[in-house]
Amino acid sequence: MIRDITIGQYYPANSVIHRLDPRVKLLGTIVFVVTVFFVNDLMGLALATVALAAVIGLSKVPLKYMLKGLKAIFILMIFTVLLNIFLTPGTELVHLGFLKITKEGLVLAGKTAIRLIYLIVGSTIMTLTTTPNHLTDGLEKALGPLKKIHFPVHELAMTMSIALRFIPILMEETDKIMKAQQARCADFESGNLIQRMKSLIPILVPLFISAIRRANDLAMAMEARCYHGGVGRTKMKPLVYALRDYLAYLLILVYILIWTGVKVWL
Amino acid sequence: MGIIKAAKLFYDYVSKDEHDEIEEVIHAVSGVDLDVEAGQFIAILGHNGSGKSTLAKQMNALLVPTGGTLWVKEMDTSQPENVWNVRQTAGMVFQNPDNQIIASLVEEDVGFGPENLGVPTEDIWKRVNQGLKSVGMLEYSHHSPNRLSGGQKQRVAIAGVMAMEPECIVLDEPTAMLDPNGRKEVIETVRQLNQEKKVTVILITHYMDEVVHADKVYVMDDGKIVLSGTPRQVFSQVEYLKQLRLDVPQVTELAYELRQSGVDVPEGILTIEELVESLERFKSR
Repeated sequence: MIRDITIGQYYPANSVIHRLDPRVKLLGTIVFVVTVFFVNDLMGLALATVALAAVIGLSKVPLKYMLKGLKAIFILMIFTVLLNIFLTPGTELVHLGFLKITKEGLVLAGKTAIRLIYLIVGSTIMTLTTTPNHLTDGLEKALGPLKKIHFPVHELAMTMSIALRFIPILMEETDKIMKAQQARCADFESGNLIQRMKSLIPILVPLFISAIRRANDLAMAMEARCYHGGVGRTKMKPLVYALRDYLAYLLILVYILIWTGVKVWL
Repeated sequence: MGIIKAAKLFYDYVSKDEHDEIEEVIHAVSGVDLDVEAGQFIAILGHNGSGKSTLAKQMNALLVPTGGTLWVKEMDTSQPENVWNVRQTAGMVFQNPDNQIIASLVEEDVGFGPENLGVPTEDIWKRVNQGLKSVGMLEYSHHSPNRLSGGQKQRVAIAGVMAMEPECIVLDEPTAMLDPNGRKEVIETVRQLNQEKKVTVILITHYMDEVVHADKVYVMDDGKIVLSGTPRQVFSQVEYLKQLRLDVPQVTELAYELRQSGVDVPEGILTIEELVESLERFKSR
């Protein structure tokens, strides 16, 4: 299961979405997430679906790859959907003992599920089509003005890109540690919540130790390659807006306009 | 003076107890003298804990000697103002391929060093392409390091160092975590860089068969250099190497055993071809 989490993993391909400036993608993602949060009617949903489908189509990332990321939140989704179905008051449809299913509950559950799926897929597209370095470059540049108030923008961006780079490595390691513990009869699947939490300790301790060791090694390797913070650093891929970026900004604006239009007049 | 020169070099690890009193002092490197000429292929051998890694980290100013002096291209590594020049002159490749790759794309990782040096964007690309070409990884420039084999990752790490245009590469057990194929791949790459680009190579290892082609071999034990010379000179001392818990290459060992049992083959045989030749000579006699 652990290998299925796709957030933070780059999918190399040659598409328009891949080549977009990360700042555009950041803004686009934020706009999309916000609109999905407020979506309430069918029109808004349709609009978000069209936008999402268009971006997925343009990105050339296989849909299967994107949906893999959903597996990780499957339990959370089931949980929210069930809560919504059973706990929303309204017109009763079915009665099961002390539980009742309402019409409003079903609608709300459907909306929540779609919202969650769109949120995950929407933000996954950004990380799948942007290399972590590019992404943090975008963040660094977008947050650049904060440097004036001594906010450590570069350091934050570097930390993020390293964290993203190590996600798959640490995932693999977790998998390995779990297998090693399972080979010695560790049981992660049975027992109540507290017992299960406790059984995670033998995974977390070696994982943390190894992560700290890796951090130490990496810091040394970075120093050996003359890393000394953001001062005096040049960029291999400096961010320069191209025509397509302005077009993308325009499209985002159009999306916002249509969306507000739908919200206000319908 | 050679490109790397050490005079009476010491490095102590000091462990203190909670009252800040010295509990134990470990002399990781004690009194090493070294002189490496530019363009040479140097190998440093030793078993675990012999101080060879500590010595390597000093060549990159990651550790500063606690005694004696180390010069890299006549720059004293203990002077703080020399640190960045030293690191640019003597690049370093580490043991674990995963823990030294910073970026999620091969080309971006190779570009990390030049970015830090403040090289202009166009030149960074030139250096990245040259670096990747020199290790034969140009076609992988858009790949994610996670999908490469261990040997390929180490070659990317070497390219990352090459992109900083160093005069010398220090490799600290670069093959220790690789399978035999990866080991061969990395060692061949390093040899090629040494021969074609005239980069000085300092290879730290405990695999004997990797040092057969070195110009000079140093053997370390307990922080000191106990044996040095050409591979042939060093490997002719089979008994002594075994005392130091080191193995000689398989062929050398076989030749040694043959000699012990009365077959007349010369000392310090390093390659299979050499052994075959001398055995044929022995047979025809």
